[in-house]
Amino acid sequence: MTDLPWLTILGIVPLVGALVVAALPNGRDALAKQVALLVSLVVLGLTIAMCAAFDPDGDRFQFTQAYDWIPAFGVQYAVGADGIALVLIALIAVLVPVVVLASWYDADPQADPLRREVSAGAAAAAAAGAGSSASSRRVGGGATAVLEAPPVPPAEQPVDELPPRRSVKTFFALLLVLETMMIGVFAATDVFLFYVFFEAMLIPMYFIIGSYGGPRRSYAAMKFLLYSLFGGLLMLAAVIGLFVVSASQGEGTFAFEQLLGLHESMSTTVEIALFSGFFIAFAIKAPLFPFHTWLPDAGAEAPVGGAVLLVGVLDKVGTFGFLRYCLPLFPEASRILGPYVIALCVIGILYGALLAMGQKDLKRLVSYTSVAHFGFIAMGVFAFTTQGQTGAVLYMVNHGLSTGALFLVVGFLVVRGRSRLIPDYSGVAGVAPILAGTFLVAGLSSLALPGLSTFVSEFLVLLGTYSRYPVAAVLGAIGVILAALYVLLMYQRTMQGPLRLPALLGERMRDLHLREVLAVAPLIALMLVLGVYPKPLTDVINPAVEATMQDIGQTDPAPTQGDGVVAGAENED
Amino acid sequence: MPSDITSPDLAYAPIAPLLIVFAAALVGVLVEAFAPRAARRGLQIAVSVVGLLGALVATVLLAGTQELVFNDAIAVDGPALFLQGTLAVLGIASVLLISERSIDSSGGAVVARAAVLPGSREDTALAEATEVQTEVYPLALFSLGGMMLFPASNNLLLMFVALEVLSLPLYLMAGLARRRRLLSQEAAVKYFLLGAFSSAFFLYGVALLFGYAGSVELGDVVTATTTAGSNEGLLLLGVAMLAVGLLFKVGAVPFQAWTPDVYQGSPTPVTALMAACTKISAFGALLRVFYVGFGRTEWDWRPMLWAVAILTMVVGGVLAVTQTDVKRMLAYSSVAHTGFLLVGVVAISPQGLSGTLFYLLAYGFTTIAAFAVVTLVRDSAGEATHLAQWTGLGKKSPLVAGTFAFLLLALAGIPLTSGFMAKFAVFTAGVEGGATPLVIVGVVTSAITAFFYARVIVLMFFSEPAVDGPTVAVPSAYTAGAIALGLAATVVLGVLPQPVLDLAGDASRFVS
Repeated sequence: MTDLPWLTILGIVPLVGALVVAALPNGRDALAKQVALLVSLVVLGLTIAMCAAFDPDGDRFQFTQAYDWIPAFGVQYAVGADGIALVLIALIAVLVPVVVLASWYDADPQADPLRREVSAGAAAAAAAGAGSSASSRRVGGGATAVLEAPPVPPAEQPVDELPPRRSVKTFFALLLVLETMMIGVFAATDVFLFYVFFEAMLIPMYFIIGSYGGPRRSYAAMKFLLYSLFGGLLMLAAVIGLFVVSASQGEGTFAFEQLLGLHESMSTTVEIALFSGFFIAFAIKAPLFPFHTWLPDAGAEAPVGGAVLLVGVLDKVGTFGFLRYCLPLFPEASRILGPYVIALCVIGILYGALLAMGQKDLKRLVSYTSVAHFGFIAMGVFAFTTQGQTGAVLYMVNHGLSTGALFLVVGFLVVRGRSRLIPDYSGVAGVAPILAGTFLVAGLSSLALPGLSTFVSEFLVLLGTYSRYPVAAVLGAIGVILAALYVLLMYQRTMQGPLRLPALLGERMRDLHLREVLAVAPLIALMLVLGVYPKPLTDVINPAVEATMQDIGQTDPAPTQGDGVVAGAENED
Repeated sequence: MPSDITSPDLAYAPIAPLLIVFAAALVGVLVEAFAPRAARRGLQIAVSVVGLLGALVATVLLAGTQELVFNDAIAVDGPALFLQGTLAVLGIASVLLISERSIDSSGGAVVARAAVLPGSREDTALAEATEVQTEVYPLALFSLGGMMLFPASNNLLLMFVALEVLSLPLYLMAGLARRRRLLSQEAAVKYFLLGAFSSAFFLYGVALLFGYAGSVELGDVVTATTTAGSNEGLLLLGVAMLAVGLLFKVGAVPFQAWTPDVYQGSPTPVTALMAACTKISAFGALLRVFYVGFGRTEWDWRPMLWAVAILTMVVGGVLAVTQTDVKRMLAYSSVAHTGFLLVGVVAISPQGLSGTLFYLLAYGFTTIAAFAVVTLVRDSAGEATHLAQWTGLGKKSPLVAGTFAFLLLALAGIPLTSGFMAKFAVFTAGVEGGATPLVIVGVVTSAITAFFYARVIVLMFFSEPAVDGPTVAVPSAYTAGAIALGLAATVVLGVLPQPVLDLAGDASRFVS
């Protein structure tokens, strides 16, 4: 079993699926969706089989393959998974079918019985002369920076107008291509290959946001692309620098394991320069304060499925990159700059949380919560402790699940009310209890309630940080309190209180459909299971983290008994 | 004074590619004179394609040759043959584009009678007439022949002749657009005046170098630079003047001013020819002059090329952002690419040479295909080149818009396209050659260029089409073939670049 080229198969299946979906004749939308779902489920099945074949006590990198790709540059097609990459690939495999299911009608809203119903209701309401809420529909509305044809629709759009229909098969094909790229980026053990996936990944996401997103989608897509590309190009310079250094030591190579000892032959200046190239790229991707400004726009304008993958997986490439590339390749630079990064993380945690509290737009709010969460993850990584890094990796998975679920539920709500604004909703729990329930669970997971999976990771991160940077850990703990505030306030404002819905809904709102429940249920189930029993994950993650710690040449500081100041005790609901 | 003139030893076989192309051009002239009007177009296309194919075959057969022929005037070596082969293939693609007749209602992008006064009654009639002229084929062949000779010249005077042979037909062809005649003629005049000016600089440089070295052979110039006590002033001034002429042709800042106007005004197939082939040829000559002729005096000219490279990247990238016309945007993008290419030149190493060769090939294919796509988007007045007209093209014609988007991504240097591999090759060579600051400027400008490429994609895909927008013409096999060729090269070189990288690597040795 272990000698199957698992990772290559995992990468190829979605790509072939994408080609099949794209080759379907126009008009076979239902078929395209079914094929996409099937392919993503096949990938999930394969991933489960691969995880079963993974030996936590075995080699650091397993399922490795290496072939010469471009010998002229010393580039190999080299893949392999350590525990960290494995769990993240598993996360992708779980999220993509969920996203396919949740985005079933996002490309062709006209086909959605639910949205049609809402439209019909709105028409009836308009006929009754109650069209007074046009002003509440205003979302964003700033002009785009794009040439002379701003695609911003007029703010006074008729209430019952559905977003335009777009190519269904393209959407699902893009999702599957994105899956290939995402798997590739985590599986690559050749820095060049990693870079190729890192950049190429942007393109499908760019089209997903730009073609299928909200009213300010082209602005958001452009901002996303340019920020990421800028970081990526700085990384390219660093990648080239790394290659040149390795060439000066013998044969130029990009193979991760051969690059590991390279830092010994670099001067500190060179190391810091190369570290910065990688770091800025990852910090934009992650995103860390102050590189985060693209995320709220992209997260808010992306279609829900796109937002889940963007925040759930794409951004993890940043934190994964810190752990896999920045630290082991440039340990000296990481040690020197680590404290500054921790400072950025703390600022991000507090700043993201405060801004989240101030948001009126649900999707922007969730995006800002992610800025805070990525602060935690990066803090765990740069704490240089086993606990902190294990917690960070765990956090990456759990954040994917919880924020994914939160985005999905918010998406379900927005589909119904066609508004992303918190003030448009109140007392939804009364009419849509299942929606409200899942919203609550996802929210509680986001604020790391004990018993849900995120608690474990947040606790580990804070514990791991405390032993080295006590002040940062204490400040980070304040972020936990703020998290409780923004989540619970959001819940309270929208789900409780007197019933008030966007005018087009009248007094009724459909609860979650079976399809929607099926989409969000696996995430909630995983959050509950991993909250009680995270061992399967930590077993896989721990050896990989220990290997990373060895690469950096760090040992855990003598354990100071964590006094448990941090553990979300204020989560009384 | 030489007392007796020994006749030089003439080896015709090593210069077969040149001879074939020039012979084809002469046959083209004869066809023009003697073939019946109805048969001319078909014959001319056949002669051009066969001639260029023959040249391609000849370069392939000559591969591996490293020698100086014709009294050391012509170098037949790796870089020369590599570029000649590339030029032959891209020349075929350009000829295919010129041959397209089905997308303009009245046939062809080239005007039948260029001398007619723009705006006159005859001119209006001409725009609707289905008349075609076929002199453009021999002109293109002469120009391509000059382009093939230019990077192979090991003698500065011959290099000047090649420069003129490649330039004069281009000046004419720039003025041949069927639509927007005035713009086209303006382009031709501008190109001619500035081109003649730069040629004069080149020639003056040659004269000064003759004064310095007592010879116009690159080999003798090298010898002169190694013997101390020569007149440094003459050398520096000569190199600078020579550089002006060459940098003008590659479109480097501050000699780029002609590019946008000429690219915009010329018939688009001719623009494609200029953008891809002229740049390749001129870079070949630039490489030979600096690597062979002044390889020993790099500290004299390297700072100059550094400054020019930085200026070219930044100015090209920044000015492209402000453009609203597709052709002008591509023109500034070509300026920015010149800057990236100069990073490879400045590296002064075999890696820099092979990287530059690879970049030229990759860029040529992508550019030809991109301009070919531009010819397809039309309204009643001809090509719809204003960017606003491209709004929502992705809805109307996903295939064409998708192709163009892919080509733009390649020009932006996104991985899995040839553009990325090319950039990687020259930037790596740059860092290895000690030009790290240039590479930093290069990556930052790449981000700027990505902005305007991405903006076009935004327009095409993320915006709703305008009601009275342009139509997308269905091309015949000619244009479709050229686009398919460019696209295929862009994909293959992006995914499996090794064979061509090997080829460029093997070719990266000048004979001297």
